[in-house]
Amino acid sequence: MEVTSYKTDMEFFVDMQRCIGCKACEMACAECETNGHESMIHVNYVERAVTIQTTVQVCMHCDDPVCAKVCPADAISKDDFGVVHTANTARCIGCSNCVMACPFGVPIKEEKYDMMMKCNMCYDRTSAGKKPMCATVCPSQALFYGTREEISRMRPNSTPVNTFIFGQQEVTTKVNIMMPKGSTHLKIH
Amino acid sequence: MAKLPVSPEKLITRFGPHLNFAPQEGYPGRDEPDATVKTHCCFCGMQCGIQLLVKNNRVVGFEPWMEFPFNQGRLCPKGVQRYLQDNHPDRLLHPIERVEGEGFKPVSWDHALDRTTSEIKRIQEAYGKNAFAILSGVSLTNEKSYLMGKFARVAVKTANLDYNGRLCMVSAGAGNKKAFGMDRSSNNYADLEHAEVIIVTGANVSETFPTLTHWIWRARDNGAKLIVIDPRVIPLARTADLHLPVKPGTDSALYGAMLKYLADHDMLDHDFINNHTTGFEDTLAAVQDYTLEWAETVTGIDKEKIRQAAELWGRAKTSFLLHARGIEHHSKGVENVLGCINLVLATGRIGRPYCGYGTITGQGNGQGGREHGHKCDQLPGNRDISNPEHRKYIAEVWGIPEPELPQKGLTAWELIEAIHRGEVKGLLSICFNPLISLPNNNYVREALEKLEFYVCIDFFLSETARHADLVLAGSLHEEEDGTVTTAEGRVVRIRKAVSPPGNARTDTSIILELAARLGEADKFSYENSEAIFNELRIASKGGTADYYGITYKKVEDNMGVFWPCPSEDHPGTPRLWEDKKFATPDGKAHFNPVKFREPSEVTDSEYPIVLTTGRVVSQYLSGTQTRRIGKLVGLMPEPLLEIHPELAQRYNIRQRETVRVSTRRGTGDFAANIVETIRKDTVFIPYHWPGRKSANQLTIGTLDPVSKIPEFKVCACRLEPLGVFTQPGETNAFDSI
Repeated sequence: MEVTSYKTDMEFFVDMQRCIGCKACEMACAECETNGHESMIHVNYVERAVTIQTTVQVCMHCDDPVCAKVCPADAISKDDFGVVHTANTARCIGCSNCVMACPFGVPIKEEKYDMMMKCNMCYDRTSAGKKPMCATVCPSQALFYGTREEISRMRPNSTPVNTFIFGQQEVTTKVNIMMPKGSTHLKIH
Repeated sequence: MAKLPVSPEKLITRFGPHLNFAPQEGYPGRDEPDATVKTHCCFCGMQCGIQLLVKNNRVVGFEPWMEFPFNQGRLCPKGVQRYLQDNHPDRLLHPIERVEGEGFKPVSWDHALDRTTSEIKRIQEAYGKNAFAILSGVSLTNEKSYLMGKFARVAVKTANLDYNGRLCMVSAGAGNKKAFGMDRSSNNYADLEHAEVIIVTGANVSETFPTLTHWIWRARDNGAKLIVIDPRVIPLARTADLHLPVKPGTDSALYGAMLKYLADHDMLDHDFINNHTTGFEDTLAAVQDYTLEWAETVTGIDKEKIRQAAELWGRAKTSFLLHARGIEHHSKGVENVLGCINLVLATGRIGRPYCGYGTITGQGNGQGGREHGHKCDQLPGNRDISNPEHRKYIAEVWGIPEPELPQKGLTAWELIEAIHRGEVKGLLSICFNPLISLPNNNYVREALEKLEFYVCIDFFLSETARHADLVLAGSLHEEEDGTVTTAEGRVVRIRKAVSPPGNARTDTSIILELAARLGEADKFSYENSEAIFNELRIASKGGTADYYGITYKKVEDNMGVFWPCPSEDHPGTPRLWEDKKFATPDGKAHFNPVKFREPSEVTDSEYPIVLTTGRVVSQYLSGTQTRRIGKLVGLMPEPLLEIHPELAQRYNIRQRETVRVSTRRGTGDFAANIVETIRKDTVFIPYHWPGRKSANQLTIGTLDPVSKIPEFKVCACRLEPLGVFTQPGETNAFDSI
């Protein structure tokens, strides 16, 4: 695998408005044998009793990943491209610190493997110049992988945002979410 | 003798449905496949491009096909999981024969084919040619669809051939023929991209055609207004500019009122109407009383919303109207379709860039399969079996005297009725699972039990195939070369990725061998699928669905060719009607007057609730394939009864409580899903499941008088909570009765 094929101008964009809840992303993610056929992306109803709205949560690949910071075993690392990798199988001790620390609720402890697993942005694909599988198959393109120029040309009514404010804390991420035009950040109270 | 040989439980234990999951480490060889085969998904009418990974004659995975222009790698969950129908433990690997009290035993192909032909002959000698019927399906390729039509007429010599397209898009086909003289979506979906207004009516796009969503969202990125007409807030409707929650069975009233509004406010294209259409005055006269107030009373939609929809549609410069089974599965399905077409013609927005109209065909080859003659009234090229000129041409192509070509036969539902009456005694079916997909399926089961001989070609033992005397182990989509025609009218190449496993055979070779044993070998001799297609090209030449100029090479070189394509140097026709010359005898588009009629069964004190049915994203049609794929079943293990909280409260129904739903035809038990995303007077059940969980125990077999489509989408029911609560998937949804 040629690491040099990673396209640094390509970014990941998530637009919840477009999500139709079909779970093609989950199915496609779970095709990866390195995940043991478990999906690392999660689609959920917000509140099915009142709306058909779904949310889709993929690892946001934080610039300063708290999951890695709290890991007592140094099992989580961020590479030069900004990809935060899933737990190193030899190191992970299954303590769940990362599960509790992640502000986006991404890492999941897979009990049957006694270790944490999460999205590594399809490193086998992205490092070979391909798109991640979820963003490739997503039929509504709620998950889009491409350049910033492409998304601003294609979706003039929305703006990518990658700054999230949780109380006093600001988190910036490699993955963007699409918000109404002109938005600069998402504040979570 | 088509009763079950043993209990359904025993048949399920042996033949499934069992759930197939990929091994945790993936199938061996996926990283180093022998071949990466560019083909298409076997499911819906979008026919998304996909690459299948093949190792040692097994499909071991998939890879997105980024270059195919419609979907550019995008897939739905069914597409992602489609490859798991291969390597499936339920796969039929040899012909099997019914043994009373034991089940099915493997038999030799010689025995199976001999018995089939001798039974066909016995039944036809005893009761007449038409006492042996054939039911086909449009998940078959164009080649196989064509072959089934020819096989029925030339080898079996029966008039009684029909297909599951009868449950699919026949209302749209009939409406389009009346209005345009041709049955095809007028535009390719790229025309959605810059449409100012899009109406989606009776089409759960995001669940049944998920990859089409992208094109609608692209239009919205460009500023399009989206109007969704549906009794439920379907995923596409959640963010729509307007959602019109129409009461099931009242669609034509809505379209009529919108047409009147357009006329009253002079939002008409008079030049187009005057120069290129007929029938406008009569059509307008038919709706002169259809005020917004009246429409609100009938449809249950706020009149202000109807006005806004008419305003948006009326003032747009470009537009696209899409519909599907939601308006077509009605005893007035054709009228609903014509009501939509009237709105398109009144504004003259057709035959121009970003001005489109079309039905969204549901089945994999719903478009091509409905053009080439395995329909009771049709010959290849969408020719008419009762037209003397058409008969003469096809008889010549087939090398038979014209009088020997059977006349029009019975439609699918009428065939079931004819079996009940004892007029049809024998049946061959392929690609059709009527015990799930026809309405009032207890009546269908009784019909199957009356047959003297039933032979089924299938790759899995479907619920219907369980009733067969013989099951001939046929082939999957990826086991034969061929073509299909997508919902856009684009002819694409299906490539053989693997050979049928074990002793299973290709559907084509089974049909050719049966034809030979019926004494017609000389007319059923083809070197390969391309040879069948080349005969189809000639048979379609000069018909409205003209494929003559389409070759395998041309399809491969261009990643699809849109028909009509009358000559080899013709580029194909992605957008119809650009010259404003319509395919009707007078060359004009035809308005058709539509007066509103009630559905065939309306609610009353005994059955006070409206029942409508539909589909879910994880299942395809009768589920023969998708109910065998583990993760798809996991997404929705059983059909849920969607019910509004106010209605649930009236009956004291609680979340996930089992509710007995009864109609005049049957009773089924379903777990309640209490949601605000449905009308308060309507409940919804998806139909993909058999036995106790089959929505089609409840639906009504009333037919549209023109298209003969059954009224799946509306009937009257009553509800009874049973006080029982189950976990998802806890009850066995798969049992047959």
